[in-house]
Amino acid sequence: MPPLLHVSGISKRFGGLVAVRDLSLEMARGDVLGLIGPNGAGKTTAFNLLSGFLPPDRGEITFDGHRLAGLKPHAICGLGLARTFQIVRPFPHLSVLDNVRVGALARHPRMAEAREKARAVIERVGLGGKADHAASGLTLAERKRLELARALATEPTLLLLDEVMAGLNATEIAAIVSLVQRINEDGVSILLIEHNMRAVMTLSHRIAVLSFGEKIVEGPPATVANHPRVIEAYLGEEYVHTPAR
Amino acid sequence: MKWLAAAALLVLLVLPAVLNSYAVTVFIFIFFYAFLGQAWNIVGGYAGQLSAGHAAFVGIGAYASALLSVQAGLTPWIGMLVGGLLSAALGTVVGYLGFRFGLRGFYFVLLTVAFAEVCRIVALNTDAVGGALGYYITFTGDPWQFQFQDNRVYYYVALGLMLIATGIVAGIERRRFGAYLIAIREDESACEALGVNTFRYKMLAMIVSSFLTGVGGTFYAFYLFSLQPAAVFGIPLSVEIIIRPIVGGAGTVMGPILGSFILSPLAEASRVYFGQGGWTGAHLIAYGLLLIAVVLFLPQGAYPALRRLWARAAR
Amino acid sequence: MAVGLTLIFGVMRVVNFAHGDMMVWGMYLAWMLSTRAGIDPYVGFVACAGALFLMGWVTQRLLVDRIVNAPHEMQILLMLGVALVLENAALVAFGPDPQRVRSPLRAATIWLGPVFVDVARLVTFALAMVLTLALYLFLTRTDLGRTMRAAADNAYGALVIGTDVRRVYAAAFGIGAACVGAAGALVSPILPFQPAGGLSLSVASFNIVIIGGMGSLPGAFLGGLLVSVAESLGAVFLSPSMKELVSFSLLIVILLFRPAGLFGKTAA
Repeated sequence: MPPLLHVSGISKRFGGLVAVRDLSLEMARGDVLGLIGPNGAGKTTAFNLLSGFLPPDRGEITFDGHRLAGLKPHAICGLGLARTFQIVRPFPHLSVLDNVRVGALARHPRMAEAREKARAVIERVGLGGKADHAASGLTLAERKRLELARALATEPTLLLLDEVMAGLNATEIAAIVSLVQRINEDGVSILLIEHNMRAVMTLSHRIAVLSFGEKIVEGPPATVANHPRVIEAYLGEEYVHTPAR
Repeated sequence: MKWLAAAALLVLLVLPAVLNSYAVTVFIFIFFYAFLGQAWNIVGGYAGQLSAGHAAFVGIGAYASALLSVQAGLTPWIGMLVGGLLSAALGTVVGYLGFRFGLRGFYFVLLTVAFAEVCRIVALNTDAVGGALGYYITFTGDPWQFQFQDNRVYYYVALGLMLIATGIVAGIERRRFGAYLIAIREDESACEALGVNTFRYKMLAMIVSSFLTGVGGTFYAFYLFSLQPAAVFGIPLSVEIIIRPIVGGAGTVMGPILGSFILSPLAEASRVYFGQGGWTGAHLIAYGLLLIAVVLFLPQGAYPALRRLWARAAR
Repeated sequence: MAVGLTLIFGVMRVVNFAHGDMMVWGMYLAWMLSTRAGIDPYVGFVACAGALFLMGWVTQRLLVDRIVNAPHEMQILLMLGVALVLENAALVAFGPDPQRVRSPLRAATIWLGPVFVDVARLVTFALAMVLTLALYLFLTRTDLGRTMRAAADNAYGALVIGTDVRRVYAAAFGIGAACVGAAGALVSPILPFQPAGGLSLSVASFNIVIIGGMGSLPGAFLGGLLVSVAESLGAVFLSPSMKELVSFSLLIVILLFRPAGLFGKTAA
């Protein structure tokens, strides 16, 4: 079975800074791949490369049999690859429902149908009671769900989640984790950037670790957690020989 | 609300029977500028692409239909479509350049102003279209040539144009096209991530808008009978076009109409009141102050504010 | 004049659409000083600068301050409104006909090497250079100047360290306006001016600033030189009324290919 996502040797530099260096990844259908690494490791840049917001300097990305080279973000979304943004970007003057409807219109051009579909997605992410609220009046946790709902409404095969837990408290995080699990069980593959280790370990089938733009380790959660290079990347060399707890 | 609009429409339809010619003229301008404002509303209000050069489209439509009528005898009823298409062609160019090169906000405004001014300068220096003296159409009163003896016919034509444009905007708002434009105005990048081809929809908005505006140019030509480059391509006309939707409510169906009903009488009153003694332009001071006030206190325009008041009163 | 515009943009990221119209007021003030009080514009420009500084300060405090963080369209519309008010107030106050200021220097000419040069233009040029240099020194050497540049780079950071950002903004706007007031006065003996001229002055300013780079002082300066040369060449090769065509065409080209200009910062 060909992989859903095949990234081969992509690189991106900005002036003198190499943000992503020779990154390769692969995901099978139904996978949840976690992307972790210290700040500035190039994770969001990788997302931007995958979703078409930035063109890679080198390398290839193949998604669901399509080569993504040179495609614009809306076309990539059309192919089934959706993303959320690290700093959420709701349409401030629109209601929650209208926000999600924009996403739904991608697959359901008729307004009434899109509306119904949007309602269903809103229910699914747990924002049911807030459908007619203005997006600007939501709490952060609610806005994250909205961002998720909007992307979900485009009926993606692969969903890129950029730090969807950032800024949330423990309860909210647990709720999002179970939501993401449900979404994955429904057949959506997930690639997530996350700093919250517990969430990443719980959700991911495999984890890739980035440091200074390069992938340094990849494997199942247990392997990655204790890998000396990972510890080195996050905490520095001195901690490598500390026994894992 | 619907029956209120229907009642208002009925009133407007029978009004000419009771009004004198001067009042009819005032209404003609209300309708005409509401029409132009509504056309602008598509790209400036809904899509949020502030164009301050829409007069260019009026000018092209005006000169095109005027020239075709006078030189080639082509009836302006067809000429207006030609004018509209030519304006749409310019709109396509401006839109393409602006959107392909990613010009937003202030830069896009400048681009549109630059194009309008280029048109004005070219017209000013082209003797074939009258140059600095302007282009004149002789009045024949021939309906086939879009000229009417009775002011009241112009009233109904202008009203018709306004209603058509409003219908188009209402239709757009109800469809995916409208929802996408509104979303583009809110956050273009987020739209892209949701599968919206922002370039295509902005272009579409620009083309429709410039086409309609161009059609309006024909009305302008065959109501005023004289085309001066500074008047028909100039910034003052662009300001007249955009201020009504902005004050009335950009991105709403009723905004341009409400704005026109507020501003045209205001302009007329200040022109009459201050017009003697060379205080021409005083109404533009009022425009400026109004614009400032709207931006500071009612950024969404009068119509949304009224709607909120209405909703509160209904409780 | 372009330097003033770029200062306002650089510090506050607000585009002053009323720039040209402010300059026209500068010109009219110089004219009034000249005709009513007999003060030569080459001396009176200081007063013009002062008056316009006040106008800028007030405008900023009353109006612009409220929308510094508003979406760009709002800022544009606000300044457009101000431009309308200024332009038409001038129309009402001074009438539509072009004016010129008489200065005793006007008639004099001197030989400068192989070229016949107008003394008035020379003085204007020299004073403009001096003022630009003064502004540059102000921004780099004085406390307020440095604060302004800090606020330009990072408004939030400036707030954190206790800068009264609003005051800095007001000062920036005021100084920007003062530049334009001085420019207006200095140029008033050379160019005829009328209320409707505000737009072309604004466009010229934008042209220069965009070419040189928004927010960059040296850019504005170089841009000014570049545009003037281009326009003069245009006037020589095409007819004079097409001169404006050159500047607009230049503007379009620059907008498309290098909106950041030669040295510029982009609109955040």
